[in-house]
Amino acid sequence: MRRATSGVLRFWIVPVTLVLWELLTRVTESPYFPPPSRIATQFYDMWLSGPASQLLLTESALDTFGPSLGRLLAGWTIAGVLGIALGVALGRIRGLAEYTDPVLQFLRALPPPLLVPIFFVLFKIGTPTQLAVIVFGVIWPVLVNTTDGVRAVDKGFLETARVFQFSRYDILRRVILPSAMPKIFAGLRLSLSLALILMVVSELVGSNSGIGYSLLYAQQSYDYTGVWAHIVLLGVLGLLFNALFLVAEGRVLSWHANARRNV
Amino acid sequence: MPKVNGASLLRGLIGTAGLLAVLEAAGRLGAWDTERLPLVSTVLLRAGELLTDPEFLVSARSSLTTWALALLVTIAIAVPAGLLLGMVKPAEMAVRPLIEFLRPIPSVALIPLVILLYSETTHMRITVAVYAALWPVLINTIYGVRDVDPLAKETLRSFGFGPGSVAYRVVLPGAAPFIATGIRLAASVAIVLVVTSELIAGGIEGVGVYITIAQSGNRLDLMIGATILVGLFGILVNALLVAGENRLFRWHRARAGAAT
Amino acid sequence: MLELVDLSHTYGSYRAIDRVNLKVAQGEVVCIVGPSGCGKSTLLRSIAGLIKPTGGTVLLDGKPVAGSPENLAVVFQDYSRSLYPWMSALANVGLPLRRRGLDKKRRDAAAMAALEQVGLAGAAAKYPWEMSGGMQQRVSIARALAYQPKLLLMDEPFGSVDAQTREELEDLTLRVCAHHGMTILLITHDVDESVYVGDRVVVLSKAPGTVVGDLPVQLPGPRDQIHTRELEAFVRLRAEVGRLVRGMTPHRNTHGFGVETR
Ligand SMILES: Nc1ncnc2c1ncn2[C@@H]1O[C@H](COP(=O)(O)OP(=O)(O)OP(=O)(O)O)[C@@H](O)[C@H]1O
Ligand SMILES: [Mg+2]
Repeated sequence: MRRATSGVLRFWIVPVTLVLWELLTRVTESPYFPPPSRIATQFYDMWLSGPASQLLLTESALDTFGPSLGRLLAGWTIAGVLGIALGVALGRIRGLAEYTDPVLQFLRALPPPLLVPIFFVLFKIGTPTQLAVIVFGVIWPVLVNTTDGVRAVDKGFLETARVFQFSRYDILRRVILPSAMPKIFAGLRLSLSLALILMVVSELVGSNSGIGYSLLYAQQSYDYTGVWAHIVLLGVLGLLFNALFLVAEGRVLSWHANARRNV
Repeated sequence: MPKVNGASLLRGLIGTAGLLAVLEAAGRLGAWDTERLPLVSTVLLRAGELLTDPEFLVSARSSLTTWALALLVTIAIAVPAGLLLGMVKPAEMAVRPLIEFLRPIPSVALIPLVILLYSETTHMRITVAVYAALWPVLINTIYGVRDVDPLAKETLRSFGFGPGSVAYRVVLPGAAPFIATGIRLAASVAIVLVVTSELIAGGIEGVGVYITIAQSGNRLDLMIGATILVGLFGILVNALLVAGENRLFRWHRARAGAAT
Repeated sequence: MLELVDLSHTYGSYRAIDRVNLKVAQGEVVCIVGPSGCGKSTLLRSIAGLIKPTGGTVLLDGKPVAGSPENLAVVFQDYSRSLYPWMSALANVGLPLRRRGLDKKRRDAAAMAALEQVGLAGAAAKYPWEMSGGMQQRVSIARALAYQPKLLLMDEPFGSVDAQTREELEDLTLRVCAHHGMTILLITHDVDESVYVGDRVVVLSKAPGTVVGDLPVQLPGPRDQIHTRELEAFVRLRAEVGRLVRGMTPHRNTHGFGVETR
């Protein structure tokens, strides 16, 4: 009971803000600031009024979200795999990190959006180029965290592995990687939110499909409510991804949370 | 991060030089069409030339000014807000859901809207950059305030100091290392957002605009050269801020066991 | 089966052990005692191949060892850094058996049997952080048993468990090792324990550690926590080892034991 009420109390600000926003926008009647109710209606009409068989998503939603989310997830997955592989190499191969550090620091400092036009000149506009941008932009948190995590593996864990003569594969797969997993997950989570941003950027700069493109289209047809609906959509997606990721992380890393609680 | 000492610095130099040499050799031996993708040496040369190119410098100055303004606005908003939210727990609890909803909105998604709002591109760029740079400063400030020794606060309060005084004398200095970290992160984020908004929104000046123009002429050497300079600027800013933090907050490092 | 010849190790310029000579026969339980910091762990780590000794040789079955020898298991003092928290007890015990070329079913069966031997059959699915310290150390022992090494090294294995668990684990070790016919080298700083568990007690001097005493333990038949510790032979031996550990030489005279300080 107490928990339920405190839950409601915790979120009171959300309805209050919405009501204030609604009142304010109705009074000012600025075309740039449509009332939230209108944004919600348009959001619903555009994307959520589809048949139940498609989870209520409309054709337009499927057409718009599909390519975007596909690119986002593909880019993130590739970056995750590459980042973990490179991070393990950097963390475990002595000296490698020192030789490559300046180059990596430099690459990491390049603003990924600036690579969009460069890649567009080099390759064609299209999904592979957008993927390349996403991968390049989001690999760093995974790479850095994996390197750190892999370096920090407890010496005791490794000595046990040596005494019992684990194969190199087992040492990597069953000792080093699980031990570094909490850090790796932290990196993956950060990368996921970055991937959303870069997906939008790459679609805004040059694309003919996806949420970013659709947003640009709404803007160019002076559909201000539509622009707002897209912004809300991206916020919702960000929240959703984060929530899903936390659930997955909770499952995979239950040992970590528990082990920490007990000591 | 490997510790920086003479040997690791040397290895870093060797690695960098080696990579550049390999890329240069590959380009010269015809690994790719250097008409399209210029040689490493060409790009580096161009990056150097850009530093004295008046056209680029106008763009760079515009981006730089915008960035600095954006950072100032960010600090002016986020630090007081963070202090308030950190010190007044109910306020933080109340606002937390809003923060959780607003933070995931990619700042770049605001660009199409903000373009419509401002006829002047500097304001547009500042708005976009501030929206993204706000969060690290805000969150770090709240966190830093929480970290301040409650005993110090109590002590001052018991001497009859008001909340404003306590904030200024104990909380702000105590939270300063965290705030500094937030500002450092914000500085990097703001660089990215300034050039990105220039890239997407166009306009008349800014490094992003410069790159767009170079793109229309297929001048990859200029595009890459300018991008390299932005990257180096980011590294420079970061290094300066880290050095500043180390100088100012040596006491904090000592206490935190040289963590972070 | 195990022979140390002039084994020495120097950390930087600090000499931890100095020309240790020791022979251990097949099936023997040898306890090594010595004051804290005398290089006991260093000695064990040299045998296990975790460090490369700076001098001397370790011979196993007459052959010098390099790296971690096969058929050797270690029970570390710090179980929290030796059991993997992301694996259940069963998985922890079964993991080393992957090297033995057993399929998953056989590995699980062997691991389960070992857990049964240490009385943890019911806790096979538990994670280390769900267990008490004593239980974790049992899992550690079960892992060593399942691996069926010829030589088992134990570094203060019961150092961080309470007195009662400690006695249980001592008996457990004696029982199962006799059953498997394993050779054991057990390191401890507890004089009582060394006499109770060992067939032989080897005493190391203060740092740099070197062998100052090697006493056979002749105590009658199955050992028992209460009775064995009451035996006159036990008490006498314990006193003798105690003196050696403290750096005193025992010397016999007609009135029993006299002591002179070195
Ligand atoms: N990696 C190392 N580097 C430098 N010196 C070390 C290292 N490991 C141990 N030593 C030193 O060597 C000496 C012997 O250490 P060791 O751990 O072997 O002692 P120990 O007999 O096992 O002690 P304890 O009973 O406390 O476990 C100690 O003085 C210790 O400080
Ligand atoms: Mg020791």
